[in-house]
Amino acid sequence: MDESSVSAGASESSNVRSKKKSSNLTSALVVPLLAVFTALVIGALLIAFTDPAVLTAWKNFFGDPMGALTATWNSIAVAYGALLSGSLGLVEIWKALGVWLHGGGTEALSVALVPLAESLTTSVPFIFAGLAVALGFQGGLFNIGVEGQLLVGALSSVYVGYHFPGLPIYVHLPMAIMAGFIGGAIWGAIPGLLKAYTGGHEVITTIMMNWIIISISAWLLKVGGPMSRGELPITPEVLPSAQIPQLFSTQGNRFHGGFFLAIVVAILVYWLLYKSIKGFEIRMLGANFKAAVYSGINVKHLWVFVMALSGALAGLAGTVQALAVDRWVGMGFSGGMGFDSIALALLGRSHPLGVVLAALLFGTLRNGATRMQSVARIPIDIITIVQALVIVFIAAPEIIRWLYRLRQPEGEETPVFSTNWGS
Amino acid sequence: MTATTANTQSDSMMALKKERRRAIAFGVFFLLVAAAILVLFVINTDNEMMSTLKLNPTTRNKPIHVPDLVLPTQLTLIVLFIITGAMGAYQLGKGFKNAATALGVVFLIFIAAFLVWATRNKAINLLGILSFTVAAATPIAFAGLSGVICERSGVINIAIEGQMLVGAMIAVLVASVTDSQWLGLGVAIISGAVLGALLAVLAIRFLVDQIIAGVAINIFGLGITSFISQRYMQPNPELNTGGVFPKIAIPLLSKIPVIGPIFFNQNAIVYILFATVIVMHFMLWYTRWGLRTQAVGEHPRAADTLGINVFRIRYINVIIGGMIASIGGAYLTIGSVGRFDENITAGKGFIGLAAMIFGQWTPLGTYGASLIFGFSDALQAKLQILGKVQVPIPSEWLLILPYLITIIVLAGVVGRTVPPAADGQPYVKE
Repeated sequence: MDESSVSAGASESSNVRSKKKSSNLTSALVVPLLAVFTALVIGALLIAFTDPAVLTAWKNFFGDPMGALTATWNSIAVAYGALLSGSLGLVEIWKALGVWLHGGGTEALSVALVPLAESLTTSVPFIFAGLAVALGFQGGLFNIGVEGQLLVGALSSVYVGYHFPGLPIYVHLPMAIMAGFIGGAIWGAIPGLLKAYTGGHEVITTIMMNWIIISISAWLLKVGGPMSRGELPITPEVLPSAQIPQLFSTQGNRFHGGFFLAIVVAILVYWLLYKSIKGFEIRMLGANFKAAVYSGINVKHLWVFVMALSGALAGLAGTVQALAVDRWVGMGFSGGMGFDSIALALLGRSHPLGVVLAALLFGTLRNGATRMQSVARIPIDIITIVQALVIVFIAAPEIIRWLYRLRQPEGEETPVFSTNWGS
Repeated sequence: MTATTANTQSDSMMALKKERRRAIAFGVFFLLVAAAILVLFVINTDNEMMSTLKLNPTTRNKPIHVPDLVLPTQLTLIVLFIITGAMGAYQLGKGFKNAATALGVVFLIFIAAFLVWATRNKAINLLGILSFTVAAATPIAFAGLSGVICERSGVINIAIEGQMLVGAMIAVLVASVTDSQWLGLGVAIISGAVLGALLAVLAIRFLVDQIIAGVAINIFGLGITSFISQRYMQPNPELNTGGVFPKIAIPLLSKIPVIGPIFFNQNAIVYILFATVIVMHFMLWYTRWGLRTQAVGEHPRAADTLGINVFRIRYINVIIGGMIASIGGAYLTIGSVGRFDENITAGKGFIGLAAMIFGQWTPLGTYGASLIFGFSDALQAKLQILGKVQVPIPSEWLLILPYLITIIVLAGVVGRTVPPAADGQPYVKE
């Protein structure tokens, strides 16, 4: 980052620079990968040592040491095996590919591709939610309100989606998506306004906004509530004219057009952050608050703008999930996605490309964990634990470097938010 | 920021202007609350109505009998309206010296007005509501005290929510297995110490941003408690029946009319809270440890120069903070409902932090602020008894009240009160 400190001759300086670039690249890739790996290893130990069979085997460790180790290994293998086959299913794809090449139908192949497609489907809201947190990080704001903002987004888009029958899809669908975008933006802008004009710290206000929308949605969705579906505590189904189309007709394959919307939005966020003046201001605000103030940037407006846009992105996360996959909203819709997004924004170093990659990884993990829960009876919350560990390891890379004996790269930085309660 | 801005004259002018604007905002807010009392409550009453607030407990522990409070509904509401309006006018004119306390009083008046209005032509047991207030305030107060002890030494503890969750689960788990709530509480405190130590190591040793470290611990707490709850407690319900600390009526004190049943007929954890508030207040201002803690929180470099071990103080305080938070968590299970549910804390850790800010980083103030949150909790829990005709507001809307007050407190009080100067800043020895 402080390339200006390189003050040697031209050739030497470019040499240093390229070396540095490669070391930055390693640290940008190696530490996150090792962080995820280490977190998964700890997750594996947790799975094994909360398994009664394993614990019994270990009690008899001195009688049968191999038995204890085998039981441990088996416990982990069953769990993570289910995770892998449920998220990627590479073995099945390989087999189906063989069938197809030997003249068999494509049916087996399209079935085998379902887990992979489902992983991509799960990743879509993560991309939006991760971008939401990443945008906040870039501007020095910590938005932990994604959970609530995506609920607002989902509720408003679904409302538009079922409440206006008779519209053609090219009017209705964009309308529903816009509703989700605007709903999230409003819910995100409130903490932004509070921070800008009163100094209320966004970490607490966004959490409170989460609880407020959870109470409001409980009222909206309860049987007889304004948005309930008859005797069910869920919203009515979104009309076909407001559904984001699913692209394959295979049973269980819910891959949908929202994936491409996510990629386009990620590119737009990249453009905003790195190619526009506004983005430069946002990054300056995040990198050095004082410098931003003295350079004459209107910090208050920028705070509100960043929080509104971050909320809007989170709103889109809920929107795509509701319009493309679920097609209705019930209580517990967000299911911890807000916390996932923090982990993956940190993992992706708050860069749109990194966020997309991290979202693909976490979508895969989440999707596999669903299978792991049904096959191996491992609660899906194991993924939440893994995420917490990933955050710790990304935030304290020293731990990872110490574990794997890595060298300390120069000029590394971690985001800082806790400058005080006031502004 | 706060330390550097006062340097130049224009900056201090700006600070003054900002201060003035905040004072006006407060006054306007007070007037709005007054208007709300008028529009929401007063115009829905007539001068025939009476609100009866019973002041004698229905339990066996009978203090000296006092007559019930029978209030003319409309007149009472008008008086409350006038008081709030007058406070708004005073705030706009001269300005309260301690605006945070004034805000607290306005909150209380509003909740009281709500109560009087809801009981029009009916009777409700005020003692029941107030003793529930003390109970509901307990976890929030523990969370706030945890914040006080950490932040006084300069470390922001956002991880309170996670520490409470783990404490809540461990407490009920251990109490179920051993049939002893005291053991449950003890092991929960140990778990809080461990999570406090984790936060301390991340924040002090690895210089991780304190808010990120705290959020990571919160997510970890949510994950691990949900994981264990699903893996062990749901298949084995006998692991989730820890029982509840019994209520103990303190002799003599519990016989005082009104005060007695409210404060002195609670369970052991509530009494532990009273003790913690008093001890912490005394310790912070009258002992070596307390003064050192404050020095470390205000100016760690100076404290270090004087030979105070900054890191040691911060480690100790953050670990004690984790322990206090976990007692608050344990209260949620073995202190009130006796069972653990996923995410049982429901944001109480963060509400506690708001109580801390409201209480201006003092133990007594934090407890007072917690009581306001507890009052709004109690109101929402008890008003449903009166039925839909009396309170034509969905209970989900009343649930929002504590979160809304938290936001208003953060918006209104932060910036008017002064946190420890080095709050949230890691200390690096030169």
